[in-house]
This record gives sequence, structure tokens and C-alpha cells, in this order.
Amino acid sequence: CGFSGPVLDVLRCRPGWQQARNEEEWDFLWCDVSWLRENFDHVYLEEHVRICHFRNHYELSRKNYLVKNLKRFRKQLEREAGKLEAARCDFFPKTFELPLEYHLFVEEFRKKPGTTWIMKPVGRSQGKGIFLFRKLKDIFDWKMVSMTVCSVWEITGEGDSSQKDETQIETYVVQRYIENPYLIGGRKFDLRVYILVTSYSPLKAWLYRDGFARFSSMRFTLNSIDDHYVHLTNVAVQKTAPDYDPEKGCKWMIQQLRQYLTARHGTGLVEVLFADMDNIFIKSLQSVQKVIISDKRCFELYGYDILIDRDLKPWLLEVNASPSLAASSQEDYELKCHLLEDTLHVVDMEGRLTGKEKRVGGFDLIWNDGPVSRGGNLGALVNGNFVANTHLGCFNDRKKQLKELFGNLPA
Amino acid sequence: MLEQDSGLSLTIARIVQRLKGSSLHSQLERQARISLHNPEIKLESLKEDIKDFLKTSGWEKKLQNAVYSELNVFPSPCHPAAPPEHMKEPLAYMRKAQGSWEKRILKSLNSMCTELSIPLAQKRPASEQKELLNKWNEMGTDEPDLSLFRPVYAPKDFLEVLMNLRNPNYENGEQLSFRNHLGLIQVPLKVKDIPELKEDFSELDLNVGQLGIDDSAQVPPEFFENEHVRIGQKVLAEQDSAAAQQYVRQGCPTALRADLWALILNISNQPEDILYYEQLKSNVIQHDLLVDSLIYKDVKLTASNDDYYFVFEDYLYQVLLCFSRDTSVLEHFAYSSATPPKSYIRDLPSSLPFSSLVPSSGKLGIEEYAVFYPPNGVIPFHGFSMYVAPLCFLYHEPSKLYQIFREMYVRFFFRLHSISSHPSGIVSLCLLFETLLQTHLPQLFYHLREIGAQPLRISFKWMVRAFSGYLATDQLLLLWDRILGYNSLEILAVLAAAVFAFRAVNLMEVTSLAAAEAVLADLSTLKVMPLLQIFLFATVT
Repeated sequence: CGFSGPVLDVLRCRPGWQQARNEEEWDFLWCDVSWLRENFDHVYLEEHVRICHFRNHYELSRKNYLVKNLKRFRKQLEREAGKLEAARCDFFPKTFELPLEYHLFVEEFRKKPGTTWIMKPVGRSQGKGIFLFRKLKDIFDWKMVSMTVCSVWEITGEGDSSQKDETQIETYVVQRYIENPYLIGGRKFDLRVYILVTSYSPLKAWLYRDGFARFSSMRFTLNSIDDHYVHLTNVAVQKTAPDYDPEKGCKWMIQQLRQYLTARHGTGLVEVLFADMDNIFIKSLQSVQKVIISDKRCFELYGYDILIDRDLKPWLLEVNASPSLAASSQEDYELKCHLLEDTLHVVDMEGRLTGKEKRVGGFDLIWNDGPVSRGGNLGALVNGNFVANTHLGCFNDRKKQLKELFGNLPA
Repeated sequence: MLEQDSGLSLTIARIVQRLKGSSLHSQLERQARISLHNPEIKLESLKEDIKDFLKTSGWEKKLQNAVYSELNVFPSPCHPAAPPEHMKEPLAYMRKAQGSWEKRILKSLNSMCTELSIPLAQKRPASEQKELLNKWNEMGTDEPDLSLFRPVYAPKDFLEVLMNLRNPNYENGEQLSFRNHLGLIQVPLKVKDIPELKEDFSELDLNVGQLGIDDSAQVPPEFFENEHVRIGQKVLAEQDSAAAQQYVRQGCPTALRADLWALILNISNQPEDILYYEQLKSNVIQHDLLVDSLIYKDVKLTASNDDYYFVFEDYLYQVLLCFSRDTSVLEHFAYSSATPPKSYIRDLPSSLPFSSLVPSSGKLGIEEYAVFYPPNGVIPFHGFSMYVAPLCFLYHEPSKLYQIFREMYVRFFFRLHSISSHPSGIVSLCLLFETLLQTHLPQLFYHLREIGAQPLRISFKWMVRAFSGYLATDQLLLLWDRILGYNSLEILAVLAAAVFAFRAVNLMEVTSLAAAEAVLADLSTLKVMPLLQIFLFATVT
């Protein structure tokens, strides 16, 4: 394990686990994606090991691939189940990959002049390289550079490969910017939700009850699209804002958000909102289900970024395969430690689970090759009153649950 | 018999007088006049028909709510011959103590004023007015230099004053023994004991359903929660204040809370209320008051640093700045032991450089040029903004948020920082807390006293702020549900004692005030209702 902070602390504290002395002898690996890229194909992995990433997780986590997969999935749904069902995939704002789909983008852009668009580099994170624009001329310069390089390639044909790598143009996605985000206290925020996938075929996914809402430290206004601090809510960006106060913290737990929204809009609307979010999680995973290389030794913990707009509709911003596990406060540290502990419980290297559990600690099983309902046992027939087994933002009495779960099993 | 009747008729007369000039009165008149067009209204039985009409159209309910509101807020006159200051505060020594405390506050404010050579009030230049109007929704982005301002006082200063309160007529010749009161408050006020509290708070009993206990994840909602929500919706449909007040004793469902509180406080956000708020807002734009800086500083120091309330910073300015200029708040001084400070205009009104404040008993200048300062008579102290912050969770429209806060202040919060003998006044609350603790946890009390950690020193700040900022927000709102339901702040003292009881084991092991503070530093994980229930109904006495 190469990480400090919550990851190391949790792993070290786990009863019966020991930190492996060298690179060869591990049974469980918490690694970053670069290690994976370099080594996965070359290293022989035994049956029993567990590793925290899937080989081609980027199908979900890189913005351009995610768009591609979602578009393809939507078309498939429309063919198989009709327009209505396909419309439930409309949680991703209109996105185009650049420079590949530049012309398609311009066509869409010209249809609705004056809307704001956001440019995001596919490979980077923490808000780096992102900017907003309203006029085509704002990206003209950028376009000129990349198009030129592109055409240089084409002309010279076989430039030698090292040269090609150096001049590799960065891929971007351009996305319609959500101009009417839900504001609290005049501030924009987004949600970070954690989903654990232990297998893709069949698809088995767990949703963590806790998560948090990240606020931008400034009031939202469309007047200053250059002001990153207004629009980007990642903690990394906010940390550099002029009036950032580390003591302040700019996060709310999802429980707080859920209560605030319920007090403001009533239980009915809020339940619909959270059900729509469940839909986002499931559909996004389904869209990459067939593409991800399945390996029962792999599991992955994703950080989903969701934005809610003023009509209480949730939008998927992106999926992170390596969500930040650094802690910004004591409360945050505890959340991440519990999250990791419960992840390890679900991965279950100790072999304590029966496989029929619908809940482990703070994780609720939301998809087990089919929807999971709240009542009844796993595998029970889904009747008319289907209530999904999701409890995002609800009370998380994980300690008690874990005691019930593991207390009954031999240690 | 005769006294009861005359007391009742006095109350009726007073309420009629208060409601006569109100907008409700003119609305009722208008409605009655309009109803004359109805075919059901006949000339022969005019009075009865109109009464029936008002009943069925819901206007009688509104009148009922207004009367109920008046009864709740104004205490009944004790005796027709009692002078008005008795309605404020019947005990002379308390009045005197409040008077000297006010003098001290004013002295502090005056000296700050002189030191910084800032006028108490001044008119803003036009450019500044325009700027402020533009920034009205984001005043939090302003970073004025507030380093030289200090809060006028903090809760612990107030505690020192309360500790030194003595009743000059009370001679306690006995030696200090364990049977005497060993706490910090040494005035002989009557406070309730647990059997009386059990009766008063009977809806919190173990066999009565509560939100905060019986809505937890383990309890199926059919047992209590669903029915409770249904009743809540019915109460709201009926628009009945009294029923709402009874209902919230068992807690408000989150989705209904905003409307229920508005119903109990009789706030309906009529167009004239919105207009009034806009008027206050324009006062803020036109004039700059010294207390504004105090408010800014307080918000920056307290609410902005809170993990959950920081989001509402702008709302807090919008409410508190308007609050300082609201002269209707002066009405509450009729039943509060406090008196608003006055200031005298030295020069002509156009420049308004007030140079000093005097307590109302002083007569420094000509009476005609006396004005109250700040206009609402309330000088904010350290932590004042925390009274408003939890309300931001429920109300988003500034004028409604403002009215709710103002009503909460003139009904409850003002009692937490003025010296009076009222059972919900801070003095009684402190005494209640100490008595409960000494009677039911004598070992703990004695131990803490021995190590120099008088329990009140720790719990005082909780009570002064009505626990705002100390409890988790959802728990705080459940607590404030009960304050509204029982129309009393006594529950704050009971909760404070219950918290000590809960952490008694750890507290018995500490050996210093600092260690005791550390044990009680973090209340954010506490569940309020189980603590109260156990303390009142499940502790073996």
C-alpha cells in the first residue's frame, strides 16, 4: 500500500492483517491507477488476492469514455425498451469529445447561442485545466493549436512515435454548463457519493449511506465565468481561494442536506430526488457493464459527483475511480476511515459473509444482478411495492449493524 | 371570585385594545362588509349571520389565533393597582440589578465609541448606499476592518453579575452546609422540582410517542410516526394555533416544521409585513449604526465559523441589521425587565452625531431629543447571531425569516440575557439547573465544586444560547419544538442537567475545570429527547 492517511491507518488496524514487507508477497493491494496500468498485465495474480481497481476502469472514470458509453447505452435502451426508458438516461448534460467531435459540438452550440459551456480535460482531476466560455472565439485559440498539431500529424504521417507522444494533444470534453444549480445560502454545491462495485458480471453494487456536499466559498453568479472559485466546488480548488479558512470547512454531511431539503420541499419531492440519484448510479454502471474486463479479484470504490439543479433534478458530473481519501477535518477523517473499513468488510477477505447480506456497515446493496428491495430477504420476489434498498443520507448506525452481522459469525 | 372575574375582564379589555388597531381588525371589518353582498345575510339576523359567515370562512380561526398569541406573549396583570414596572419585573432588587447591568453595558459601548471616535449613527453617503444595495444579498463578502471592535459583553461576564445577585431582604444566617444551596446562584427564587416538571412535561413521558425517539430507524413508522405526520397535516389544514402548540410537544416532522412554527407564532407574511421589512431594509441602506459593526463581528466570529451555519452568513446580516432598526421590538420592553438605552441628540437631526448613550434613568439632555439606541433597544452580545442561524434551516424568504426571528426573540430569547424573576428568565433557569443537579446528583455536584468546576460555569453558555451551536441541528430543532410547545424555556435547564447526568461517570474522574470542560466540550453527538426522557421519567430519585 503506498498511501498515508486513512487508508494506511485502517489497513494497519485491521485485526489479523499485516503490512507486506515487499512488493511480491501481498494478498491485498490498495494501489493507484498508474501502478495498475504498468503492472497489471505483467504480474501473475493468484486467485485469492484482491486489488482495488478494475483493469479498464477508465471506461467509467475518464470523461470522454463515460460519455461514449452512456450514449451507446442510451441508444440500446431506446431500441429495446422505448423512448421513455431511454429518457431516464438523460442525467448527463450534453457533452462532446474534442477535438474529435468538434463539428458536432459547433452545430449544437449554434442552435442555442448564449448558453454557457464548460471545458474539462479528460485526464486531469481536482479541477485542473477547467474553464467556462460562452463564445466560440474563446476557444478559438485553443482550437487553433490543437487542430494545427492534428494536421501536422496527418501530413507527416509517420512521425516517429516519440515525437507523437510529445505533441499528443490533450483530449477535452465540452459540456453544457448547468446554469441553474440549486443554491443554499446563495452558494453552489455538489454531492460526493460513494459506490462500491465488487463485480461487473453479474453486477453487484453497494451504496454508502454517508457522503458529503461540497460548497463553493463564494456566492453563485453567472457574471463571472472566469472565477473558478464561484463555479468549481472541488475542495482542492476551494483550498486556494482567497478567503478559504481551513477551520471553516465547506462541507455538509449528506444527512444535513437531506434534512434541509426535506424541511424546504417536503418528503415527497426529496424521495423522488434520491430515487433519481439511484437511477443515475445504476444506469451508469450498467452502461459500462459489458465493457469492463471482469475479474473477480477486482473491486472498485467510486466517488460520484452529482449536481442538483433548481428543479431538484440530479445531474452526473463525473465518476472518480480514485476518490480522494485525504481528510480535511476530523469528521471527514472518520467518515473516510469508516468508509474504508466497511469496504474491507464487503470485500471480505476474511470470508465471514454468507453472500446473502443486504447491508454491511454503512453500505447498502443496491444492485445484485437486478434491483434489491428494502424489505424481505435477498432473492425474494420483487412485488408491487418495490422500495429500493438505498438509504443515502439516512441514519448510519453502522457500528450496531456490524456487531449484529459479525457478532453471530465465528471470528 | 370577584378578583378572578375582574382579572379576566382586564385581560379581555387589554387584548381587545391591542387587537383593535391591528391589521387583522381592519381585515375582519372589510370581510364583514363584503359579506353583506351574500344572499345568506339577512337584515333581521344581521349580527348572527355575519358571525356565522366569519366562522365558516376561516376568519374566526384567525381571530382565535391572534387572541391566543396575545395570551401567550403578554403576562396577565397581577393586580389592577400594580404599577407598570411590576409587569416588567415585580421584584425591586432584580430591577435594580438589571439597571446597574445596563449601565455597565452602556459604559462599555460608550468607551469603545470614544476610543475609536466612531459616531453611534451616521447617514451613509449616496455612493455607499448604492453599493450596499447592490451587495445586499452577499454582505458576507465584505471584509471591513473589525479588529478594533470588541463584543460589548460575553456570556461569562453576565454570569459574574448573576452570581453576585442577592436579595437584601433575605437573611441567611445559617452556616453553609450541604443542605443549603451550594451553587453559584444565591437568590431565593421558586423553581420546580422533578415531580412538578414531570407533570408539566407530561407529553415527554415514556409511554407517549416522541419525534426524536420513536422515529428512529429501528422503530417501524406504523407505530407512531405515520399517524403523527397525519395529525400534523390536519392541524395545518385547520390553521389552529392552539392545536399546533399542543401538537409540537411531541416534536414536528421535518417537512411540516416551518409551517407549524409559523402557525404557533402567528406569522402569516402578509403584504404589509413584507412592506415593513422592505422599509427596515431601506433604513439599513440609508444609515450606518455602530451596532452594525458589532453584528458583523459577531457573525464572523461565531456563525461563519460553524461547520453547518457558515452557509447562511448572508441571511444573518439581512436579519440582524434590520432587527436593530425595528422600533416595533420596543413593545416587548413592557414585559421585559430590561429598558432600552436612550441617547440625546446634541446637534440638529441632519447630521446626527450622537456622542453618548445614557441609561434611561439619566437625564443628560432635553427629553424631546431623546431617541432609543439602537432603535430596537437591544444591544447584541457575543453569540447573539446564533439565535438566528438555526432558523435559516427552515425559512428562506428574508421577510418571513425576519418575522419568525423577531417573534422568537420577543417571546423567548430576550429572557436569556436580562435579569428577572420570571420562571423562564435566565436567573431561574440557572437556579433550576443547579437545584436539579444538587438534588439528584449530589455526589457529582459536590465533586465538581471541590475541584473548582462549578457546573453552572460550563452549562451557562449552553442555556444563554438556547443550545444553538452546541447541539446537532436536527436535535436543536427538536428541542426548540418543545420550547414553542410548552411556551417556556425551562426545558433548557432540564436538558443541561440531563447532559451532566449522562456524562456523570466521566465527570467524576476529572480533577480540574479544564478537564471538566473537555468532557463536555462536544455535544454534537447527543440525542436530546432520550436524555430528557431518561432524566425526567426514568431516573430513580
